[in-house]
Amino acid sequence: MPLFSDEYHNSSFFDYLVQHRPDLTPSGRGGHGPASSGTVPDEYRNAAAPPVTHGTTVLAIKYRGGVVIAGDRRATEGFQIADRRIEKVFKIDEHSAMAIAGAAGPCIEMARLFQTELEHYEKLEGVPLSCEGKANKLGQMVKANLPMVFQGLVVLPIYVGYDGKRDEGRIYKYDITGGRYEESDYHAIGSGGKDARNSMREHFRKDLSEQDALNIALRALYTAADEDVGTGGPDFVRGIYPTAKVVAAAGIADVEESRVQSVYAALRDVRTKER
Amino acid sequence: MPLPYYVSPEQVMQDKAEYAKKGIAKGRSIIAMEYQDGVLLVADNPSASLYKISEVYDNIALSGAGKYSEFENLRKAGIRHADLKGFMYSREDVTARSLANAYSQTVGTVFSQELKPLEVEMLVVQVGDNGRSNEIYRISFDGSIFDEHGYAVIGGKSEAVQIVLKERYKEMSSLKDAVSLCLHALEHVTSQKLPLEGLEVAVLARGRAGRKFRRVPASEVRQILA
Repeated sequence: MPLFSDEYHNSSFFDYLVQHRPDLTPSGRGGHGPASSGTVPDEYRNAAAPPVTHGTTVLAIKYRGGVVIAGDRRATEGFQIADRRIEKVFKIDEHSAMAIAGAAGPCIEMARLFQTELEHYEKLEGVPLSCEGKANKLGQMVKANLPMVFQGLVVLPIYVGYDGKRDEGRIYKYDITGGRYEESDYHAIGSGGKDARNSMREHFRKDLSEQDALNIALRALYTAADEDVGTGGPDFVRGIYPTAKVVAAAGIADVEESRVQSVYAALRDVRTKER
Repeated sequence: MPLPYYVSPEQVMQDKAEYAKKGIAKGRSIIAMEYQDGVLLVADNPSASLYKISEVYDNIALSGAGKYSEFENLRKAGIRHADLKGFMYSREDVTARSLANAYSQTVGTVFSQELKPLEVEMLVVQVGDNGRSNEIYRISFDGSIFDEHGYAVIGGKSEAVQIVLKERYKEMSSLKDAVSLCLHALEHVTSQKLPLEGLEVAVLARGRAGRKFRRVPASEVRQILA
């Protein structure tokens, strides 16, 4: 394998794939590099944009020291449950994570590519990208996926990162064209996103503690699972619970399953008593 | 078209080798050394931002002596090679052996086919975990590749440094002993006291999860040696 296929001076792994290995890009054909990314193929030009709802609820909520990001575990194929234990929240690097709604295959691929992208940049440049730089890069990757959207393969992320310069956690949401919008408090996407947002709106306040933010996040997922068929709730019989991660100044950490379980056990007891 | 003068291939290669050696000899030395918890890399490098040691992948590091611009190109190509392989297959499929081979091919091809050879010498280092041993590969300016054990040296006074290390190197030494031996060797051949700020130190630490490469700042080197 020749190391210098030709002169290439860019720190982006994604752009490298688009130029040199288009077969490995998420759309599998490359051709829409950074300059022309997101061009819509002719056959889809007049097609109505497909609905972007996909069975999932993933959310992020800020607290005093950072952000909690969480997601349910259900994958669906039509009216069938395809997977009960799928992971929708991904660690991206030491200070950021993303959660995804959409077609499972391309979603997981985008998360892997984004992980490689950030690590690649850090190794080549000797310094990591800024929090905003990472969020923008993800926007470009979502944009490059636009042709796939017209084939029904939507990938929509929420991105959270800890901004060391500002000393705060940040939440970004995206639209299918790669538009990037920062949220100040919390956000949820997916088919149960609206229900989760409603639930969080009721309970959110500024300067939450980490435990309170986790409680609100898990309760919002519970509510979403209650209302939305595409979202899986806590499964006490099989012992499957939503997953959550905490992004803070000290880095990213998984919330242990036992902690999630105890939050849901308490919630179940309260709800049973209230009935 | 006039025919070029005949020069024997032997003469051409000899001239190229001499040229490359001269270029590398101008630079300072870099040492890679195994210690009990991984592999240590120490470079005599007065710059705090232009690195001679670089992370490549989870358990692989690279260092280069010689012309900085040429090393930098090779370094970037190596990281691209590693990241592409890890993305295509799996993280555990990225190995120092394959990277060292790719370097050897590239440097060797340039040496035999281009007018100007690359004036670089490189060390590709991999820390072994799960009971596997460490790997240290040295690639010289003509693309020849050497599988080294215990320690390896590249750069200007590499032979002199090697003589010092040969006398005093012990297997499974602590990080403190390894750092002080490297420092001693570098100071011995330059016959001057090196400020710790003028050292670039990094480790591939076996005990770390995920990416095992870590730079050791001068303040920490001072603590280690204390």
